[in-house]
Amino acid sequence: MLDTFLLSRIQFAANISFHILFPTINIALCWFLLFFRVQYNRTGDEVWMRCYRFWVKIFALSFALGVVSGITMSFQFGTNWPGYMETVGNVAGPLLGYEVLTAFFLEATFLGIMLFGINRVSPRMHTLATLLVAIGTGLSAFWILALNSWMHTPAGFEMRDGVAFPLSWWNIIFNPSMPYRLTHMLLASGLTTAFLIAGISAYRLLRGDHKPAPRLALKTGIFAAAVLIPLQILMGDLHGLNTLKHQPAKIAAMEAVWETHSGAPFTVFAIPDETARRNLFAIEIPKAGSFILTHDWNGEVKGLNDFRGEHPPVKPVFYSFRIMVGMGMLMLLVAWGSSWRLWRRGELPRLGLKILVAMSFSGWIATLAGWYVTEIGRQPYLVNGVLKASAAVTSVAPANVGFSLTLYLSLYTVLLVAYIRTLFVMARKSVLVDRPEDLPTLQEKLNPITQTAHYRKNTGGVS
Amino acid sequence: MTLIGDAYWLPVIFVSLMGLALLLYAVLDGYDLGVGILLPGDQESQRDMMIASIGPFWDANETWLVLGVGLLLIAFPRAHSLILFHLYLPVTLMLVGLILRGVAFDFRAKVPPHDKNLWDWTFKGGSLLATLSQGYMIGMFVVGFERSWAAFGFALLSAVCVTAGYCFIGGAWLVMKTDGELQMRAARWTRLSGWLTALGIAAVTGVNLIGNTGIFSKWFAMPVLLVIPLLGGLAFIAVEIYLRRFPVAGDAGCWVPFVGCLVIFIASFFALGYSFFPYIVPGQMDVWQAASASESLWFILVGTLIVLPAIVLYTIFSYRIFWGKTRELTYY
Repeated sequence: MLDTFLLSRIQFAANISFHILFPTINIALCWFLLFFRVQYNRTGDEVWMRCYRFWVKIFALSFALGVVSGITMSFQFGTNWPGYMETVGNVAGPLLGYEVLTAFFLEATFLGIMLFGINRVSPRMHTLATLLVAIGTGLSAFWILALNSWMHTPAGFEMRDGVAFPLSWWNIIFNPSMPYRLTHMLLASGLTTAFLIAGISAYRLLRGDHKPAPRLALKTGIFAAAVLIPLQILMGDLHGLNTLKHQPAKIAAMEAVWETHSGAPFTVFAIPDETARRNLFAIEIPKAGSFILTHDWNGEVKGLNDFRGEHPPVKPVFYSFRIMVGMGMLMLLVAWGSSWRLWRRGELPRLGLKILVAMSFSGWIATLAGWYVTEIGRQPYLVNGVLKASAAVTSVAPANVGFSLTLYLSLYTVLLVAYIRTLFVMARKSVLVDRPEDLPTLQEKLNPITQTAHYRKNTGGVS
Repeated sequence: MTLIGDAYWLPVIFVSLMGLALLLYAVLDGYDLGVGILLPGDQESQRDMMIASIGPFWDANETWLVLGVGLLLIAFPRAHSLILFHLYLPVTLMLVGLILRGVAFDFRAKVPPHDKNLWDWTFKGGSLLATLSQGYMIGMFVVGFERSWAAFGFALLSAVCVTAGYCFIGGAWLVMKTDGELQMRAARWTRLSGWLTALGIAAVTGVNLIGNTGIFSKWFAMPVLLVIPLLGGLAFIAVEIYLRRFPVAGDAGCWVPFVGCLVIFIASFFALGYSFFPYIVPGQMDVWQAASASESLWFILVGTLIVLPAIVLYTIFSYRIFWGKTRELTYY
């Protein structure tokens, strides 16, 4: 029989993995919506509003999934990890509280106006509502990443009788890893959404959607991805340097470095063997590891053997890191390739569109893998150096946790399938709906080429 | 040990704020949960209209639960752990209910037509599961998480009573926000669930007064407070008289049942709060024993006092935008 500790861990991992999928889309999607809305205000071209209308529905759906899985998360602290709040509640509590107060209400209230109020409020108010929801999602990310980063690099507190007491809220919030983790996550969200928009729009085009909206959305997605991906790679590198400084054991696990040495190689692939404490089938690039991590070919990288009993499980961290980086490289290739093609030819070949459809959820994979690196990489600690996960777990009977875990897992599976399916159903539906999009948009009306085409059509092709 | 200064009054402020958040939750999410439970199986157009009436609000309504439980977590972490330890299974079921109804709301509008019924049933079932679990939890809380058949029986009674209360306020919301045939139906639902609620409250009060002499003496030591149940009773009678004469010419006073429900909810809430204060876990832990460090409470209090009025203002703003009878729900 599995014990409460392991079951609670699986449950928390399942919950948070499911949850993070939706905020990852929504944090950035709302800024894309604001962009569509502002473009419409500026140009008066209906096509922008069509992009808005299509994507706001997906925003609403993702938001609902994010909210309900987020509520589940907030209860998990009490139901499964009471020791967490009892030990560091004085720090974690207010940060969570500020998230609810400054972000959740703002998002939820103005979302109602954003979704259903377009005919009831002025365009300016509707734009403002979209902006406020975008700010709300951003604030939510700010607070939760402040707390999460504090768990990795705790600062600004002291321990009295085994309980954390705050000393400086500034140091708690802007703890050493917070700026890096926050930026890394915001960029991840931007990329995830950019690829989702490009992927779903490509799907619409492949299905024979000849309206201008999906083409415009496709361009927006691809160009956004092309700009964001190099920034993300740079940010990832900086985050890595920061982690090396504050959590060397995590870096050692990411790179599967067992012995401390200068001029460490970069392991492209290996099967880390934790019992023998060495790598099998390793493919290595000499000295590259030290160069990537320390920006010095002969820089010192601490090995796992320096942290015996205090380092995370190596395999999941090592593999997750490679999946994340690999996905990032693939994104770079696809985003730049598609941009180049779009730039030169104005549209993509069918193969290019198919690749984009396949990449629709690439952001999810990279983001999840990245979070696995950072979260598993913090083990065995819940709060680095302060509280071990095993010390925080509940004493609820394993059968009860098994019951709730089964419920959540089946629910999440169903919902995930339903969500992805619904996105494609909506895309197909929008291909068939021709009514308002049949009208020529301003862009077409003003464009001399399409104008002639219309003229030809209207005169039966004789001109 | 006597506590003085902020160590004394900060926990009192926070338990009041938490109470306020939970009261707002019960009222606001109460009506939309009630509307969910009342969804009729026979008329799709009525279901559409009912869901349209709560569409712009349900998300923000549910956030009050996050704030209420969040304040419990922030200000009283020890009580939070203890309460959720005892309520592990009902909390899980409530969350499953809330998840199902929250997503059903969005899926029903986006899936192919033949799947819509399924999501409507999910919406109804999820709402019911959430309210039953909440009522059960309140019941278990009141009896101090005692593990006996009598306690479980009481919690089940409470589950039915709270569900009826949510249907009551949900029905009243529909009387206010809809018209025509649906409004007539809603009036009947409201009356029926109103009676169930009244019986439930009477039973719960009776059991409490008999079973817990501390509460009995607390109330009769301050007879002036009996005005609270009196107000609740008067509100119930007003709603009953109004609905008996329904429909009223020109739809005059369609807001009466909702305001009546509001009074009943507030009265019940104050009665419950007064009965148990200063205990945060009845008979086991008071608010001072459970409280967080003063440094943390100060930090969050300052923010709360700034942000909460803003939340109230823009919530009112949102209700004003969607004021009056519900129209069809469109995304644009």
